[in-house]
Amino acid sequence: MKNNNSTAAAKKNNAASSAHVHEPLFHVVKRDTIPIWKSMLIRVIAVAAALFICSLLSMILIKANPIEFLETLVDATLGSTRRLWKFSKDAAVLLCIALAITPAFKMRFWNIGAEGQVLIGALASVACAFYLGNTMSNAALLVIMFFAAVLAGAIWGGIPAVFKAKWGTNETLFTLMMNYAASGIVAYFLVKWTPSGSSVLGELKTGHLPQIIHPYFLIILAVIVITFLVFIYQNFTKQGYELSVVGESENTARYIGINVKKVIIRTMLISGAICGIAGFLIVAGLDHSITETTVGGRGFTAIMVSWLAKFNPLVMILTAAFVTFLDQGASQISTAFNIDSSFPDMVVGIVLFFIIGCEFFINYKLKFRSMTKKEVK
Amino acid sequence: MEKKLALEMKGISKYFGTLAANKNVDLDVYRGEILSILGENGCGKTTLMNMIAGIYYPDEGSIFVDGEEVVIRSPKDAFAKGIGMIHQHFKLVDVFTAAQNIILGINDGNRYNISDVNAKVKQIADKYGFIIDPSKKIHEMSVSEKQTVEILKVLYRGADILILDEPSAVLTPQETDKLFAVLRKMRDDGKSILIITHKLHEVMAISDRVAVLRKGEHIATVSTSETSPEALTEMMVGQKVTLNIDRPEPENSVDRLEVRNLSLTDSEGVKILDNISFTARSGEILGIAGIAGSGQRELLESIAGLSHPVSGEIVYNNPKTGETENLRDKNPVQIRELGVRLSFVPEDRLGMGLVGNMDLIDNMMLRSYSKGRSLFVDRKKPKDLAEKIIKELQVATPGTHTPVRRLSGGNVQKVLVGREIAAAPTVLMAAYPVRGLDINSSYTIYNLLTKQKKDGVAVIFVGEDLDVLVELCDRIMVVCAGRVTGIVDGRNTTKEEIGLLMTKTDTNYKNDKNGKGGNGDEK
Repeated sequence: MKNNNSTAAAKKNNAASSAHVHEPLFHVVKRDTIPIWKSMLIRVIAVAAALFICSLLSMILIKANPIEFLETLVDATLGSTRRLWKFSKDAAVLLCIALAITPAFKMRFWNIGAEGQVLIGALASVACAFYLGNTMSNAALLVIMFFAAVLAGAIWGGIPAVFKAKWGTNETLFTLMMNYAASGIVAYFLVKWTPSGSSVLGELKTGHLPQIIHPYFLIILAVIVITFLVFIYQNFTKQGYELSVVGESENTARYIGINVKKVIIRTMLISGAICGIAGFLIVAGLDHSITETTVGGRGFTAIMVSWLAKFNPLVMILTAAFVTFLDQGASQISTAFNIDSSFPDMVVGIVLFFIIGCEFFINYKLKFRSMTKKEVK
Repeated sequence: MEKKLALEMKGISKYFGTLAANKNVDLDVYRGEILSILGENGCGKTTLMNMIAGIYYPDEGSIFVDGEEVVIRSPKDAFAKGIGMIHQHFKLVDVFTAAQNIILGINDGNRYNISDVNAKVKQIADKYGFIIDPSKKIHEMSVSEKQTVEILKVLYRGADILILDEPSAVLTPQETDKLFAVLRKMRDDGKSILIITHKLHEVMAISDRVAVLRKGEHIATVSTSETSPEALTEMMVGQKVTLNIDRPEPENSVDRLEVRNLSLTDSEGVKILDNISFTARSGEILGIAGIAGSGQRELLESIAGLSHPVSGEIVYNNPKTGETENLRDKNPVQIRELGVRLSFVPEDRLGMGLVGNMDLIDNMMLRSYSKGRSLFVDRKKPKDLAEKIIKELQVATPGTHTPVRRLSGGNVQKVLVGREIAAAPTVLMAAYPVRGLDINSSYTIYNLLTKQKKDGVAVIFVGEDLDVLVELCDRIMVVCAGRVTGIVDGRNTTKEEIGLLMTKTDTNYKNDKNGKGGNGDEK
């Protein structure tokens, strides 16, 4: 006991004599609130800093002129009418999937199975066109394809929800696994449908969306409508209110008598159904065919789109556009400068890192010791 | 006794966002004294102590130990300077023994030898009069034993400045007395002890000096012998307050809610409620006293339809129809549909009663949103209700669109109680409704409950402050380990009587605990 005290005392003296050396340069303080303009400014600075670093990297790694680099990035989406249409279409499809997962995420149901839900919806559409293509009018076929896709997506989303509600299974793992199941089923049908064994399904002749103004116009319009519907659903309906309460606190939901299980299943049916619509749009409006990689990771990218917008469907229009802009710009760079496609991936990674990282500076600030000391004196 | 400065704080400030948790606080503690840090909830007592203990780092100001300026960046730094803090929420590993918990995290280069540790723990315990078995596992311990382990943990590390955060909050009056005796021994041994509290009678009983904080600022430090509870309250609140609770005689009391032989088990089959029977009468306040976790929460949740008992009856006498309804096995919606106007202010305000991230309007809506056939929610009526509650209960909020988690504890509670009372209940259940509230808000809540009682509501009040229970309630039911150990008349009882009832079935309780331990081992 005595020994302890004397060593403690010795340590005390040490610490005291070197106190000024030990003093931390700064410490982190949580912000209370931040004006919107300030948080937007932080985000803009973050993007600018990220692009600056990207151009520096491009200078060092691929010997590109930074100005040229940025020009190419912008040119990829805004360079021509054709590119602008393609950009809008890609953003719209991504937005559609992001909208689909948003109600689930708002309910804190981590649905990372959008990839599979979209794919299974696409498969259902293709199957309808494949088997029923020549038996009816195009309009009737489209309607059947649509509902088949919605049903398939809803089932694919509903299964993990039922398991979660009834037996408390982990939805993250479950929805993830369902992705593999979906791509397995697609692989099976591809083999079945291509007697040659090539597993490459050619373009379907039937079940194409009508072209108004532009081949992509109808898709973009549909997604805009869905955006507003999801916005209204989440903010102004009783069901939307219930899912927010369940997401915020299951205990509160129980306390006021919300049937939590019902809400979980219902929300996931809706989430899966919208994924199904995305699958339908991809098949009927764009690909007219299916492969195992039809969704191509967009089911995961959509999670980022949704998170960045803090689950607000209207803000998601911007975030979906931004992510698509980066993606397209980066792949344009890789063709323009004739470099490996991993460089564009780096660019996207760096920009997103900065955007997500800057949230730290929105929520916290650094307080420097020397500054505060002066204030005291 | 010779007075030697142990700890000195000069110009300490700490900000959370724009809120100043502590502002320019000067404080000094001598060797061999007990200093109470007194102040209302949210006045920055714990923040201040956390800065000494290395949990937070001060934004401004400096700390001196034994006259030398020190920098405390972590609890490790604090221990190196002989400072140890016993937190309100215990930080112990359940499956370890007392001694294992005490030794955990010590890296002094010595070989780990559990029997040496046991011996040393025993030696410290004997010195100050603690009763502890070093090889007993934490999950087999009562709350007061766990607290003892926390204190020993700090002493083992050689701390001579001890900070205790609301040590009596979880103890019965008898256990508190024992703790205070130990603390006095430690003081006489030359240790400095800081006690955070907001209970005045404890301050008067234990401390040599009292430092009063109000809204983050240090108001004064006075000798306990030269002050009075009234003077301290005035310093804490900043104005004169009358600490009297109005208790009118119940009028036209009829049996409103009868609970008969209610039992509840948890998912592992352990009995939480054991054969509970009582009657709540209209126009009176029925208090429920007991050590925290004796089944109070589960009892109220069973009545509200959130938990489903295994046996017993919950009978409601409907004053409108004169019919009786059995509420057991009904969920909250079914209970409402029966026309039973049951309001419930749960213990966990932001986790159950309200949604922290939602604004006042959406929180008002929780009770009423499902009314009507429309697909869409109606925010007009909830908005009117929110505005009415803000006005009538003087809720301090920037507006109806502020998320409730941004409000202070007292205002959160006003919003919750306001909403529950707005439903014009016939039975109002409130679990720890003043926990964390300042004195003025607490009295606002007491007055609201008394007003409900006058209006003929059957009020059930679960409280922890026995002084208040004895002053507020018409009858007090005491529970211990899920059993009713007595129902006493609030006007003719004493704190001591209730305190004894709170631990009455001590032997039974221990058997129960062993049963639980057995279950835990099987897992």
